[in-house]
Amino acid sequence: MRKVAIYGKGGIGKSTTTQNTVAGLVELGRKVMVVGCDPKADSTRLLLGGLAQKSVLDTLREEGEDVELDDIRKEGYGGTLCVESGGPEPGVGCAGRGIITSINMLESLGAYEEKVGLDYAFYDVLGDVVCGGFAMPIRDGKAEEIYIVCSGEMMAMYAANNISKGIVKFAQSGNVRLGGLICNSRNVDNEKEMIEEFAKKLGTQMIYFVPRHNDVQRAEINRKTVIEWNKDVPQADEYRGLAKAIDANKKFVVPTPLEIEELEKLLMDYGLMN
Amino acid sequence: MATTTKKKLVQWDPTDIKAELLKKYPPKVARKRAKQIMINEALENETPEIMANVRTIPGIITMRGCTYAGCKGVIMGPTRDIVNITHGPIGCAFYSWLTRRNQTDAGPDGENYMPYCFSTDMQDQDIIFGGEKKLRAAIREAYDLFHPKSIAVFATCPVGLIGDDIHTVTAQMKEELGDCNVYAFSCEGYKGVSQSAGHHIANNQVFKHLVGLNDEVKEGKFKINLLGEYNIGGDGFEIDRIFKKCGITNISTFSGNSTYDQFCSAHTADLNAVMCHRSINYVADMLEEKFGIPWIKVNFIGAEATAKSLRKIAEYFGDKKLIAQVEKVIAEEMPEVEKIAADVKSRTAGKTAMMFVGGSRAHHYNELFKEMGMKTISAGYEFGHRDDYEGRQVIPQITLDADSRNIEELEVEADPTRFKPRKTAKEMEKLEKAGFQFKHYDGLNPDLEQGTIVVDDLNQYEAEKLVELMKPDIFCAGIKEKFSIQKLGVPMKQLHSYDSGGPYAGFAGAINFYKEIDRLVGSKVWSYMKAPWQTDPQLSGTYVWE
Repeated sequence: MRKVAIYGKGGIGKSTTTQNTVAGLVELGRKVMVVGCDPKADSTRLLLGGLAQKSVLDTLREEGEDVELDDIRKEGYGGTLCVESGGPEPGVGCAGRGIITSINMLESLGAYEEKVGLDYAFYDVLGDVVCGGFAMPIRDGKAEEIYIVCSGEMMAMYAANNISKGIVKFAQSGNVRLGGLICNSRNVDNEKEMIEEFAKKLGTQMIYFVPRHNDVQRAEINRKTVIEWNKDVPQADEYRGLAKAIDANKKFVVPTPLEIEELEKLLMDYGLMN
Repeated sequence: MATTTKKKLVQWDPTDIKAELLKKYPPKVARKRAKQIMINEALENETPEIMANVRTIPGIITMRGCTYAGCKGVIMGPTRDIVNITHGPIGCAFYSWLTRRNQTDAGPDGENYMPYCFSTDMQDQDIIFGGEKKLRAAIREAYDLFHPKSIAVFATCPVGLIGDDIHTVTAQMKEELGDCNVYAFSCEGYKGVSQSAGHHIANNQVFKHLVGLNDEVKEGKFKINLLGEYNIGGDGFEIDRIFKKCGITNISTFSGNSTYDQFCSAHTADLNAVMCHRSINYVADMLEEKFGIPWIKVNFIGAEATAKSLRKIAEYFGDKKLIAQVEKVIAEEMPEVEKIAADVKSRTAGKTAMMFVGGSRAHHYNELFKEMGMKTISAGYEFGHRDDYEGRQVIPQITLDADSRNIEELEVEADPTRFKPRKTAKEMEKLEKAGFQFKHYDGLNPDLEQGTIVVDDLNQYEAEKLVELMKPDIFCAGIKEKFSIQKLGVPMKQLHSYDSGGPYAGFAGAINFYKEIDRLVGSKVWSYMKAPWQTDPQLSGTYVWE
């Protein structure tokens, strides 16, 4: 089983990209579990066709310790297994601690056991790595390969660089590696070239360039992944391409994060090219 | 035996001992610790600066407690009719429950919550989703069960980390309950460098939420507050006995054997007598600024010190009858004390002591040891500040650091209607001219002999090293140090909780202390104790078949 975590700046499209990619992997015949690590519990909406999911933490709170796997794991599009960690409402409690608790819970319930027959476990993690709890999926070998969703926008690249620093830290004590950058295009000038260069400087690759298309939003309104919504649109092929690239990926590295000046220079160079 | 002890002392110069204590440390640690270890030069009156109230270096096993312990355990713990709820995991509540031997007299109403342990018992779920609901329910439950006048809530570390708004919860509950004063303390354990931060936080909240609520004028001619007396082992009972005999009315004790109403009435007293300078001087200052009550430093540990403090109080009031009564009481009490002291002294004179306690106790108990002819060869505080060592005159020079900035400094102004100077400016001047000192504390150092080794925030390693090098006849600290010191073959007396003894304050207390120390330093039991390899260095045996 490959254990994959998707990180990236808030609002960059992690959940959307993850679910659409998972749909692509399903087409390739892969068995996938998606674990949403966001207190908003919206990481599996497209696979489940709505927010029907009861989160691990809500279940734990209501049912006590006596929880069964079926209470917290739902089957979604193409036999994917969907779990939402959940968490407190904004401004209360500790969401990071919640993620730790729910991942431990999944493990003790046997969600990762061989008999489940998983090819992939995907962790979709909230925003930047804000505290220890959100780093949980890359600690202790919970996730082994990381993909960072970014775009050519400055703040997205800052976040990607920051996340790389977190990976370096945990790579020293474990086997977590960076698998690549997923460029979720925002139609920034020279975006593809810049992210390719950025990836090279980080010691990794831009694994796929996902162009911007309104079909993604149209599918979202219908609570579906693009592939499920309309398998023939060109954007569906893009996600198939990303899924194939991940499936075939062999390049896993400990990243070399950039100094801030270096990052700024990269932005200047590519931003001013034309 | 006595000669070897002496010889040991002669061999080691204080500077050698300091060097020896620092030898094992990495250079950076040694540099910092060197500033916290000083050789007292008080007699030459050029006391050098000591570094105190700074964060303990990680890795050092300190004797200190946490901020929560200082707030809940020390200041608020001894008040019997306030329900104290620890908001946090159960361990914080359990280990701060009835461990300080604060005694209390439940009084005619019988309202006494000290034997109870209240906690919200936070679980993983409460950390994740926030503990405010649970806290609200706990306050409600405590209120329904006991109908107390007041409920206090104490924050533990996780509460600060997850950001539960305990002050809003308590304010709402106060409103909802109507006849119960509910307030909270942001005294998370990590908030300061030691328990001292907790004292300050407690002082602030007591002043903000309690002091001044009851204007009823209490009976009594000479009304004082006794600040910084915690009734460990019944100290407060003995002091109150003496006050009563002298005709002095104690309006409130902060906080040994105290009640909610005492705090609320504290502003009606005419003098504040401060025992533990470190833990309570903030309240003394605020009571003076807001209500015009002057404060003086007193010490009721040691018979001579007690007599001196009583005379000081009588002199303040300047009433001839009171002065005569105080003299009468001293004359009545002292003969018995002197008789016992003379007997004990024949055995204890020349013996040596080390004391590492509190922010004032190491100073106070020096008096008792002096009365027994004993010498303090090394002393220090766990959580004292520079002014507790060097005297209050250094306060303006103490630099604020990040940790002290963590704690709110209350802006106090004179109360528009209730501020009333207890003495006219002229009267104050007259007293001061006659040598009477207000708001004055000289600190520990001037009372220690030249060459005494003064160590701030002593730790496990240095304690063992000091004992090994200087072989004191008795070592005084707290429960955490007790057994490691005894294992070194030296008698150990707890001066936080008095083991199972006390009271040691006042006249009767002095007698108790003389007897206890006489018993401890005269006992050979610890020197008889030998580890197996000390008596028989080579293990020998035979096979069973031989």
